[in-house]
Amino acid sequence: MGEALLFWPLSVLILGLGVMVVSAQSAVHSVVFLVINFLLVAVLYVTLNAEFIAVIQVLVYAGGIVVLYLFVVMLVNLKKEPERFADPRRLARSGLVLSGLVLALIVVAAVSSVLRNSGEGAVSGELGSSTPFVSGNTEQLGWVLYTSYLVPFELVSMLLLVAMVGAIVLAKRHL
Amino acid sequence: MLETVVIPLLKIAVLLNAVLVSVTFLVLMERKVIAWAQSRLGPMRVGPYGILQAIVDPIKLILKEDITPVKSDRYLFTLAPIMSLVPALVVFAVVPFGPDPLYYVSDINVGLLFIVSVTSIGVYGIILGGWASNSKYPLLASLRASAQLISYEIAVTMTLVSVILTAGTLSLVEIVETQEARGVWFGFIQPVALVLVFIGGLAETNRAPFDLPEAETELTGGFHTEYSGMRFALFFLAEYANMIVISAVVVLLFFGGWLRPFPSVSWLAFLDFVPSWIWFIGKIFAFLYVFIWIRATLPRYRYDQLMGLGWKVLIPVAIGNVVLTAIMKVLF
Repeated sequence: MGEALLFWPLSVLILGLGVMVVSAQSAVHSVVFLVINFLLVAVLYVTLNAEFIAVIQVLVYAGGIVVLYLFVVMLVNLKKEPERFADPRRLARSGLVLSGLVLALIVVAAVSSVLRNSGEGAVSGELGSSTPFVSGNTEQLGWVLYTSYLVPFELVSMLLLVAMVGAIVLAKRHL
Repeated sequence: MLETVVIPLLKIAVLLNAVLVSVTFLVLMERKVIAWAQSRLGPMRVGPYGILQAIVDPIKLILKEDITPVKSDRYLFTLAPIMSLVPALVVFAVVPFGPDPLYYVSDINVGLLFIVSVTSIGVYGIILGGWASNSKYPLLASLRASAQLISYEIAVTMTLVSVILTAGTLSLVEIVETQEARGVWFGFIQPVALVLVFIGGLAETNRAPFDLPEAETELTGGFHTEYSGMRFALFFLAEYANMIVISAVVVLLFFGGWLRPFPSVSWLAFLDFVPSWIWFIGKIFAFLYVFIWIRATLPRYRYDQLMGLGWKVLIPVAIGNVVLTAIMKVLF
């Protein structure tokens, strides 16, 4: 009950801030709304008893990535529009297609997870069985990450490394 | 009701007042120590040896006119000092002043990460303050500040990993209890990490020799050039509150928090008659003295030297330290 009391106002606030992120006049203002948005998402994680995820959300997104956004936004001249998207109708159409695809993806994911869990009647099926030895939020996350999800985890880290090397190569012509 | 609402609120009220009063006296301490380092007397006029200067200064700042530049971004200009101070104060929620639950507001099991992540929000105050002023020196200073803070945050966070590996927990209370159980302060087990965290802490609080965001000889006043009155005071408070936070973290992780010196030597047990929170605060002020001492002694870094030190020295050493700690942990 307490969770629901917090969940609905928080969701409304998060979605409202999301709208303000895309509709704000100044790019710096949208970045500030994005920070507040991320902080509220962290509060949402806290209400779900996932303190570690909440803290990492603040540390990585609000405290790290968005600072870099702000850095770029302050440096780049935003007055000039990119030429390819000069036609606003074309921009709106491609935006519509993209957001439709994302929505479809979310719906498919939600429906499939509901279908999969309805048979067992509980959400905890696969995660609960593999974490018998450790207690505590952080330890359980580490356990799951390095046992059940080891391969995807390592693949993601490889992907990040590739992106990092790529960025350095692109930014620096003479190495 | 009493347990869940009234007592925590009382604790928070006491803690916030204690931090803010310490900050005002820390400013006085800084002026005095630097004056002595330069063979001066420092503030002497208000009260005996100028002690009341700590009370007069904040009153002066509150009474001064609060100016908002016409061409500035009004909302962000107001928001920036708040965003700078609030994280610095929120962090104290997880700082334990003693072993008993009476001495801390909360002991969450990700305490150390909480401190790191909340202090990382404080950088927005500096960046937005510099941008919203709509003036060139603050903008340059805030660009410097954001690059500096991000670089050193990586080094400090990497270093904290090796401390977490040694302690096996993220809870600050448990980290100190581990030191008590092992009978040794982690500063002796992890000397490299201690030095790295302290240097990174100097850089993250914008203290000399890393005070480039407010380098007064190059950037007039840095990111708070356009601020006056109480809003300037908020930035000022945030900087000093952050100094206390860094000192508290260093003491908790490397110098046994509230433990007496030499916790394993039994004939020193009479030192336990001194309450735990006095040991803790005493250690914090010892480190604050070192902060001020460094400011009075070392000249400011050049900007490229600062970035070189952060990326080419501190981060590789921090990663090496983590690897070494992990290997030692597996072997022994």
